Amino acid sequence: MLAKRIIPCLDVKDGRVVKGVNFVNLRDAGDPVELAALYDREGADELVFLDISASVEGRATMEEVVRRTAGEIAIPFTVGGGISSVDDMKRILRAGADKIGINTAAVKQPELISAGARKFGSQCIVVAVDAKYNEDWDEWEVYTHGGRTPTGIKALDWVKQAESLGAGEILLTSMDADGTKDGFDLALTSAVSSAVRIPVIASGGAGDEEHFYDVFTKGKADAGLAATIFHYKEISIPDLKGQLRVKGVNVR
Amino acid sequence: MAIAIVDYGMGNLHSVSKAVERLGFEPLVTGDREELLSADGVILPGVGAFGDAMEQLRQTRLDAVMKEAAAVGKPLLGICLGMQLLFSRSEEHGNHEGLDMLPGSVVRFAGGDYKVPHMGWNALQFQKPEHPLLAGLEEGHVYFVHSYHVLPEAQEDLLAVTDYGQPVTAIVGRGSVYGMQFHPEKSGELGMSLLRNFLALT
Repeated sequence: MLAKRIIPCLDVKDGRVVKGVNFVNLRDAGDPVELAALYDREGADELVFLDISASVEGRATMEEVVRRTAGEIAIPFTVGGGISSVDDMKRILRAGADKIGINTAAVKQPELISAGARKFGSQCIVVAVDAKYNEDWDEWEVYTHGGRTPTGIKALDWVKQAESLGAGEILLTSMDADGTKDGFDLALTSAVSSAVRIPVIASGGAGDEEHFYDVFTKGKADAGLAATIFHYKEISIPDLKGQLRVKGVNVR
Repeated sequence: MAIAIVDYGMGNLHSVSKAVERLGFEPLVTGDREELLSADGVILPGVGAFGDAMEQLRQTRLDAVMKEAAAVGKPLLGICLGMQLLFSRSEEHGNHEGLDMLPGSVVRFAGGDYKVPHMGWNALQFQKPEHPLLAGLEEGHVYFVHSYHVLPEAQEDLLAVTDYGQPVTAIVGRGSVYGMQFHPEKSGELGMSLLRNFLALT
């Protein structure tokens, strides 16, 4: 049986780690390569880098961060943010990333998912989905552009389409839960996990160890992702894994 | 000590190369016969499809070089697809002949309740804990990504398995030829220790 994965996420801007609280108010939290190596030593199962640089120079810096990280850590890592073509994917995978995360670009041109999967294999393609509850629909809606643009697309339809196009994994962020520290969005995560057969990484809302236990059991997630609570040592990964193990969750 | 990492146009060799370097050895990414044969050990990595990989090995004549290296007892490690290539044949997208250095077949996961690809951290169960490749190590999780798996014909070649609805071949070894289905360079401390044990055999 596969172990449930714990994944710290590093938001990187111009080569430095930052974390937005509810997607605004960035704070500096250090060197991405150093932080990545620390998480590897602490027992993180995987890492996600989200490049939020807006400039060409920032993007080039990210490629260098990826190259340095690949030489320093012995766990898989995903890079997302600003990837909008097969050439972009190739550039980042060549630099040493294991997987590519695509979000807005995949919604705009879903064929990017199939093109990437054909060229690099489904295991390399992570489709990141930002979802927010829509009261009128009584369902979740997909947002793009870092959560700023509603798309009119239902999240459950979109994840199924992404899977059929060859996505290897879904990185699901609940915009309602993100930044609250009140726990993952269990209803959303469980609905998405039940809609697809590919692994689902739950993101947004983690505040304590119990929240991870809930998302792995009630939420049916394969992995739990968080940023701030790990960066600011509110939760230590060895403690988190220890508690999950005691409760019978299969962790590394 | 120089470790040749076979470059035949399949996949990213950067991580393997860096892992070898971190363990204090000198990695040499090469497709050159002389360089491969003069190295202290050879690592055959690989990501992609079996048929394409064999075609690349044949076109570059590296298939013969691999056998030459094994014939003189040079320690050889196949990783992921690189391990599968060491076996007799594969049924991935048609039937393909492998390097046939180890007897056995590569077959697709049956699927069922288990998702394919088998991707993520799974626990090793040592079959031969006394083997030099496993010496001093405790069973633990390593990182797998694969849709096909190996059925070795000789049970004695099996050093470790993992459970994914069925026992899945994880580590094999015969003479100086070894294979790991998972990615030791992506498998944290245990992965690095396994790689270190292989390098110690060179």
